[in-house]
Amino acid sequence: MLIELKDVSYIYSKDTVYEVRALDHVDLAIEEGQFIGIIGHTGSGKSTLIQHMNGLMKPTEGRVLFEGQDIWAEKYNLKNLRTSVGLVFQYPENQLFETDVITDVMFGPKNKGLPEAEARARAEEALKSVGIPEKSFTTSPFEHSGGQKRRIAIAGVLAMDPKVLILDEPTAGLDPQGRDEILGEIRKLHRERGITIILVTHSMEDVAEYAERLIVVNDGKIPFDGTPKEVFSHYKELEKMGLAAPEITYVMHELRDRGFPVDVTASTVEEAKESILRDLKGGVRRV
Amino acid sequence: MFREITLGQYYPTDSILHKLDPRVKFIGTIAFIIALFLIKGPVGYGFATVVLVILIKLSKVPFRFMVKGMKAIAVILVITMLFNMFLTPGEPIFSFWILTLTKEGLATAVRMAVRLIYLVIGSSIMTLTTTPNQLTDGMETLFSPLKKLHVPVHEISMMMSIALRFIPILMEETDKIMKAQIARGADFESGNFITRIKSMIPLLVPLFVSAFRRANDLAMAMEARCYHGGEGRTQMKPLIYAGRDRTAYFLIVLFFAACIVLGILGI
Repeated sequence: MLIELKDVSYIYSKDTVYEVRALDHVDLAIEEGQFIGIIGHTGSGKSTLIQHMNGLMKPTEGRVLFEGQDIWAEKYNLKNLRTSVGLVFQYPENQLFETDVITDVMFGPKNKGLPEAEARARAEEALKSVGIPEKSFTTSPFEHSGGQKRRIAIAGVLAMDPKVLILDEPTAGLDPQGRDEILGEIRKLHRERGITIILVTHSMEDVAEYAERLIVVNDGKIPFDGTPKEVFSHYKELEKMGLAAPEITYVMHELRDRGFPVDVTASTVEEAKESILRDLKGGVRRV
Repeated sequence: MFREITLGQYYPTDSILHKLDPRVKFIGTIAFIIALFLIKGPVGYGFATVVLVILIKLSKVPFRFMVKGMKAIAVILVITMLFNMFLTPGEPIFSFWILTLTKEGLATAVRMAVRLIYLVIGSSIMTLTTTPNQLTDGMETLFSPLKKLHVPVHEISMMMSIALRFIPILMEETDKIMKAQIARGADFESGNFITRIKSMIPLLVPLFVSAFRRANDLAMAMEARCYHGGEGRTQMKPLIYAGRDRTAYFLIVLFFAACIVLGILGI
């Protein structure tokens, strides 16, 4: 087991009027090689949850284990943990600070203690894997577009060669093309390099398309945890939490209600298309 | 990690001090601070202590919130006390190397410490019971006569409101950037002085960039809403004195007069 959270609770501003229980006795296990989606509305505790996974936040109660070791044990090396569990925050482009792109990306590997040449090689590889052309390496990170800056920032985490990559809404504020490109690159990292991916998002369509496991966070608890299809079958409960299933799920339910025997568990447009075509070709008419 | 600074942090609860007009609280705080420097003897300090304790009770703010603000001045407090203790000429108590502790010095040090602590607690009570916006509103009305002298009162208070409004935002931003850099293996805590200063660069550059971006956005938003300064501008919640505010003014005058008398008597 890669990351385990055991009975973790986190309380903000404990013992004051501002006290908020952001995580409420959460148990969670993350296996190596999974592509996991985390959904939850704003303030549900998902950001708090992911910050526990690389030791940026210390649980008020409970334990966090990485590869079986308690990360809050006395002599545990948190710095190593943070290079193994890469965390890309929301709007990561706000963390860029160096005078050129390559030096900024080298910041992580250098902090890891790698020699200059190796850090540079890692940085170049990371930048290429997120689709930044070589001629941009020596330009200022601030002169790039929003989408490019975000890629550079993701490369900055990727260059540390993490086993797990956690991304907090990596597509927020991007146009559809930029969104598809970034998600495509993340999928490639998962498939080709076997990196465990944890993707926090608001987009049901994205998790349906990319994730193999979906974790729903609501009020500091995890009410649903399963494949996207399983989770979306509870779409009525999801709505009560201020969430929803992908739009196509609604279309399929509507079709079923109108008498077409389509597959209501289809959660991507592609699956839905096949189900509808199968239905039409089968010659089944309205009942 | 920045949540510990209470000086200038509002504590929402329902108390008589929270309901008071910000102008009363502002004048009251000024009066209290001046009074601290008028009184000289133990009776005076005892009187100030009693008043302070009553105010703390009235505010319904837990006392530890005020103590937290004290941490910020701990260093200044210790330095002032040491200087006063050893550098005031007078009757020596004991000597050590080139330093001599004097009786007068000790007395001054204690007095200064009490003054500083009361000063911080007194102003904390004001900031804990008044939202920053109320406070700047109050100051704007209080200082509005200065407009006749071409002092840009409204502009100053607007700048203060904006500055106050942005403190928590920038703190949050600092926290976020710090975490993001820690996630990239940055280390803000270990190393000698020079390495620590250098380790601040990954924090400060993004912070400045974001501060400028926010300032730009805000200026644009204000212009888009035709903001043009104080001329003819009205308030959504104009400040109006209530009965309790007049009572409070009366008590402040009474307190101040008592302190003057105690100061003249020197007890």
